Amino acid sequence: MTTQRPPAGSSGAVDAPDGPVLDVRGLSVRFRMRDGRDVAAVTDVTFSLRPGECLALIGESGCGKSVLASALLGLLPGNARTTGHARLGELDLLAADERTLARTVRGRLIGLVPQSPAAHLTPVRTVRSQLHETVRALTGIRKPGLRAAGEAAAERAAFPAGHLDRHPHELSGGLAQRAATALALVGDAPLLLADEPTTGLDRALVDRTADELRRHADAGHALLMITHDLAAAQRIADRVAVMYAGRVVELAEATAFFGAEGPRHPYARGLLDALPERAFTPIPGMPPELGDLPPGCAFAARCPKATAVCGTVPDPVDGVACHHAEETARA
Amino acid sequence: MLELSRITAGYERRAPVVRDVSLTVAPGEAVGLLGPSGCGKSTLARVAALLHRPYSGTVVVDGRAAHGWRHRAPREQRTAFGVVFQQPRLSADPRMRLADLIAEPLRATGRRDEAAARVDELAGRVGLSAELLRRRPHEVSDGQLQRACLARALVLRPRWLICDEMTAMLDASTTAALVAVVEDYRAESGAGLLTVGHDSVLLDRWCDRTARWEDLASGAG
Repeated sequence: MTTQRPPAGSSGAVDAPDGPVLDVRGLSVRFRMRDGRDVAAVTDVTFSLRPGECLALIGESGCGKSVLASALLGLLPGNARTTGHARLGELDLLAADERTLARTVRGRLIGLVPQSPAAHLTPVRTVRSQLHETVRALTGIRKPGLRAAGEAAAERAAFPAGHLDRHPHELSGGLAQRAATALALVGDAPLLLADEPTTGLDRALVDRTADELRRHADAGHALLMITHDLAAAQRIADRVAVMYAGRVVELAEATAFFGAEGPRHPYARGLLDALPERAFTPIPGMPPELGDLPPGCAFAARCPKATAVCGTVPDPVDGVACHHAEETARA
Repeated sequence: MLELSRITAGYERRAPVVRDVSLTVAPGEAVGLLGPSGCGKSTLARVAALLHRPYSGTVVVDGRAAHGWRHRAPREQRTAFGVVFQQPRLSADPRMRLADLIAEPLRATGRRDEAAARVDELAGRVGLSAELLRRRPHEVSDGQLQRACLARALVLRPRWLICDEMTAMLDASTTAALVAVVEDYRAESGAGLLTVGHDSVLLDRWCDRTARWEDLASGAG
């Protein structure tokens, strides 16, 4: 399967002073399976992200969100093939070798806020010891200054200094989240990548975690938040990218998307209508298998608006990849 | 009626997470139990489902007091409950195909011959295709696995459903779909529901009444 190029000119130049931190163009990821099948995990994804901006990438589980994150970090398994570009400044993340990724990208250019912080931290070491290791590796600060630098790093993520000598299992979910965020912030990376940062947390903690991530974006980081939590996305995102079956089907301003205007793609509309504060009705059916996608629009089988034209893959027009976007917007 | 009175339970006798809590669910009633993480609400749900033995207090199921918990509960009481947990990955045997996972309670109670028909019927309800039923847990998504876990909870036609954060890991559409399956089952069977969660919007929408953990602890409810 070849990738289609989106029409050029939808976002700014890469090297402009206020240009994007991250510029992803036509990114596709294919997994070659043992039986020779290809799994189309990510297809032709294009977006850019500026300093101080938060983009929320939303969609059902299994739609390719986390594969996209792994592709940006160079953490895909060996059977994956990528095409397209993902430029972080001068560097194309997809073309970079492991040495470059390990020495200049992870932690330094991209800070990862992980999905389950308690599992991400080393269970047998204290938070302080893990912070010290990260500070030493990323900034080169050595012993007399290390303790202060570690405490300053904890402070930035609002991690209380009194808990620094605790082990991960002695932390609540919220504190473990902050410890992991503190580690992600040490390298002062221009891009923060948060992969489902609020899964399994209760509402109050979701709000606090999201607000803290927003604060880091406001401090000048670009923030890519991958989530299925629409409330968290609504709370902090500037723009929303909706992913379905590996493709970004809608890219919109958050205020319009969650506001009166609403989503323009029928899938995105269905996702919002499923919320308990809205209609609370599910989208019928389930997402298609990424290894066995239909030839046309992947959502057609579940879509109330599907017609014969949905037998072809819709090109994104004005941020929406749907043959019936206009009708949906008017509905 | 499902009556929990003055339950004290936990994992350390000197520091029980549930202290002197009472809660009643009427037949056909849907009760939401709302509380922050770590407050002990899941422990109370496990006590209600006869899966965790409390230090003190009584559980009365349909007029009969429970004396045994887990495998010591009499089958007639144990099978009155269907339970769905938060994390489908941890509640599914990784070696079983989804069809076997759903049929397991029937096999365990000696009703193997009903299995094929029941699994077909429930798979239709929860939206699992014949192809998905042949897969093992690692070959399906969290949402698909939770659908199977819900089908397993319904396979014995329980009079009581206990859902412990059933939808916490799921996206909005799958959440709405699974809640609709639970409500359809309750509408035709008259089963009562105790659902535990931290999303007040969801519980208020789903349940007849929502009990707040901090109000229960005082002994009311």
